[in-house]
Amino acid sequence: MQVTMTVNGTEYTREIEGRMLLVHFLRDVLGLTGTHWGCDTSNCGVCVVWLDGEPVKSCTVLAAMAGGHEVRTVEGLANGAELDPIQEGFRQCHGLQCGFCTPGMLMTCRALLDRNPDPTEGEIREAISGQICRCTGYSSIIRSVRWAAVHEANAAKEEEVAQA
Amino acid sequence: MTDLQDSKLTEFEDNDQNPVGFGRMLRKEDARLLRGRGRFVDDVQLPGMLHLAILRSPFAHASIVSIDTSAAEASPGVKAVVTGETLKGLGLAWMPTLSNDVQAVLATDKVRFQGQEVAFVVAEDRYKARDALELIDVEYDVLEPVVDVRKSLAPDAPIIRTDLEGKADNHVFDWETGDEEETNRVFASADVVVKEDIVYPRVHPAPMETCGSVADFDPVEGRLRLWSTTQAPHAHRTLYAIVAGLPEHKIQVIAPDIGGGFGNKVPIYPGYVLSIVGSIVTGKPVKWMEDRSENLISTGFARDYIMRAEIAATREGKILAIRTNVLADHGAFNGTAAPVKYPAGFFGVFTGSYDIQAAHCKMTAVYTNKAPGGVAYACSFRITEAVYLVERIVDTLAYELQMDPAELRLKNFIQPDQFPYTTKTGWVYDSGNYEPTMRLAMEMAGYDELRKEQAEKRARGELMGIGIAFFTEAVGAGPRKNMDILGLGMADGCELRVHPTGKAVVRLSVKTQGQGHETTFAQIIAEELGIPPADIDVLHGDTDNTPFGLGTYGSRSTPVSGAAAALVARKVRDKARLIASAMLEVSVADLDWVKGAFQVKGDPGKSVTIQEIAFRAHGAGDLPDGVEGGLEAQICYNPSNLTYPHGAYICVVDIDPGTAEVKVRRFIAVDDCGTRINPMIIEGQVHGGLTDGVGMALMEMISFDEDGNCLGASLMDYLIPTALEVPDWETGYTVTPSPHHPIGAKGVGESATVGSPPAIVNAVVDALKPFGVRHADMPLTPSRVWDAMRGQATPPI
Repeated sequence: MQVTMTVNGTEYTREIEGRMLLVHFLRDVLGLTGTHWGCDTSNCGVCVVWLDGEPVKSCTVLAAMAGGHEVRTVEGLANGAELDPIQEGFRQCHGLQCGFCTPGMLMTCRALLDRNPDPTEGEIREAISGQICRCTGYSSIIRSVRWAAVHEANAAKEEEVAQA
Repeated sequence: MTDLQDSKLTEFEDNDQNPVGFGRMLRKEDARLLRGRGRFVDDVQLPGMLHLAILRSPFAHASIVSIDTSAAEASPGVKAVVTGETLKGLGLAWMPTLSNDVQAVLATDKVRFQGQEVAFVVAEDRYKARDALELIDVEYDVLEPVVDVRKSLAPDAPIIRTDLEGKADNHVFDWETGDEEETNRVFASADVVVKEDIVYPRVHPAPMETCGSVADFDPVEGRLRLWSTTQAPHAHRTLYAIVAGLPEHKIQVIAPDIGGGFGNKVPIYPGYVLSIVGSIVTGKPVKWMEDRSENLISTGFARDYIMRAEIAATREGKILAIRTNVLADHGAFNGTAAPVKYPAGFFGVFTGSYDIQAAHCKMTAVYTNKAPGGVAYACSFRITEAVYLVERIVDTLAYELQMDPAELRLKNFIQPDQFPYTTKTGWVYDSGNYEPTMRLAMEMAGYDELRKEQAEKRARGELMGIGIAFFTEAVGAGPRKNMDILGLGMADGCELRVHPTGKAVVRLSVKTQGQGHETTFAQIIAEELGIPPADIDVLHGDTDNTPFGLGTYGSRSTPVSGAAAALVARKVRDKARLIASAMLEVSVADLDWVKGAFQVKGDPGKSVTIQEIAFRAHGAGDLPDGVEGGLEAQICYNPSNLTYPHGAYICVVDIDPGTAEVKVRRFIAVDDCGTRINPMIIEGQVHGGLTDGVGMALMEMISFDEDGNCLGASLMDYLIPTALEVPDWETGYTVTPSPHHPIGAKGVGESATVGSPPAIVNAVVDALKPFGVRHADMPLTPSRVWDAMRGQATPPI
């Protein structure tokens, strides 16, 4: 079957099997290997991408279901050479080690900050509780999100001042 | 908690330019990993690449009567279907394990655990390969499995290893350490003896990236390229050469980015070998990537020790002796990845951090119809089990003596002036200063206040527990004279080349799986040579462009390879000094090394930088007599001893009396790993290990039903901690350098995985003191805690 979807702002049309999972479509068909695969059962979250702005586990979404929709992956986070603040937060606060869960974590945390620009520790823990990191023990991920929140808030304030 | 206050979220400059050397530095590898530009095995795409899927046994123990592959072969897109019989013809049906046993690559005679490899399909894509698996018709004759390890040596137990000639039981090995007679003598006259049966259940490292490989065999050149999820690329290459008969110089093993290892990626699995066979058979590159269930049911598990522990002491709390009897479940094949002279790994350090008079251990290892493995999950070669044993039994002694567990430990520590300290089981602890580490942890925890709070809560019927564990680890194998894996000595090479412009490349034999080698090793070279870390490229993981060495596991990268890196840099510096003396026209004795430059003694204005020396080393003009051009060196470092990091951990738990759910409220970890190269990375390693500890202590267990079906075959059944199950970690440190390591560093990667489970279990048992509970086995799930509260605790296996 034919499927057309927008991924990171670019529209793709491809011929696929109806049973193909979104994670395999992104990785094997489009070559966007930043999104990972880890468990098949929606438990680990290394495959999280955005579907129309909502984080979803792409191992349990058919590529066909994403047809006509907008997908955003980790490759679509940075603005050229400039990292998204959430990526910069992870870098500054050692929010990653092996980097395998990182793309999914980044997508979930970006979505959290878009909804809630000043999340508490508990809110961050809740937001990432559908995802597993085997390396960091989560504290540094939480710090990374707070780093991004604080820096985004500061940047917004500076902009206000500049405008005034 | 304190660490999460925004005031701590200061802007960290990327300090890889200046200052150089040790200290917090952001990671070099993050730039690609944060952008989704890491390259993991499953990211490798080669032209014409095919996909391999493995048919696995549904039974724990069954004879194979027949296999019909005709329907699978006719399935669309299928390029090859291979069974054990085919491999037998090639002499590849069996392969050696890392413990001198053999393991079936594909089963020929019978299957010996659920999930064992029976056949494989190579097809155009991963979906078609899976489709064809469904069409392979295997007729099994189901046999009685050996599931209960305690019954494995019963006279009527079914024999699992009928492939081993003359094998008439399920015995693997007996192992013993310490002095039995002396230990018995001390026990016989001791005031107090406490005995406890302690089980360390089977768990699984479950890295987020499962195991896999891409094999690309070029029949014209006779050359094999293998991308694989391996922590030990060089050891793997040599073993492929030995097993498959391929010439070693024609094999290139590439470990690209690895999504966590934790010991799971040390062994050679049948899947890797099958991908090679698949590529040879089809003439195409072949990818094998196992799914999560395959990872959990067939790859290297950890622990599975049933331990009877006994401790002898005076009434005043002086520990006199420890002895233990262990029954070890090794699964269907002895696939333990440990130095061959250490069949029980480094379990011999079970005497812990205490100065005692005698110790003895007797162990029996057996086969059962379960997956092979044994050493994995950041265990430092079974030190996890040893530390759990001693820290649990010391707590039972505290319980019996009605002593504070902190006070009991402080009373029995090996004292600073006793190092190097030889234990009663023959291990030579290099350095240690235990009391300050313990005192710091107690101070950070507010230990006395916690005990007061606990007393008040107990009076109100609330369940709060405080658990302590103090560990000493032995990490950084070799030396090679004692330690080898299948004859390969446990040493590591390192090569350093400084380019004409003063930039450098260092090549390692070890391989990161997330530990940050690309950063840490650049810092080591930077510290020794004064070249900024940003100017140092760290290459690792590819056998074609790195020196031989045994790889990354057992916390050995910093103790062994880190030493190699420091020493190879010093070799380069020695050569640079000769060149500098010619450049400055003074004798070498008149030169002082200030980081990054040589200067003339007494005349700091006259100096040459390492960059200037590097250019001269490659440039026009004469070099001093006997000095070759270029600025590079290589080394193979053979450690003289292991390094012995230590740490004090304190855990605070609350238990809901209504649901028996355990909540880890606080966890304080004070680690001493000697010289600290990058504190940020060290803290990250500790955090990860502490989370493992919560998993093992409260959640994780690979269990089996009576038919040998694995009950932990998915992440819905095998529970791993999420952000909701763990607290914010509180870490601290002391520094006791290793006297024999060139920069005084010790390993730290596994310290927290080793040290945290006893702290958590001790806390839970402490909370259950009002119920008269002295011991309860992991995993302390609500139902197991509930049982313990009612005096009905049973072992998990």
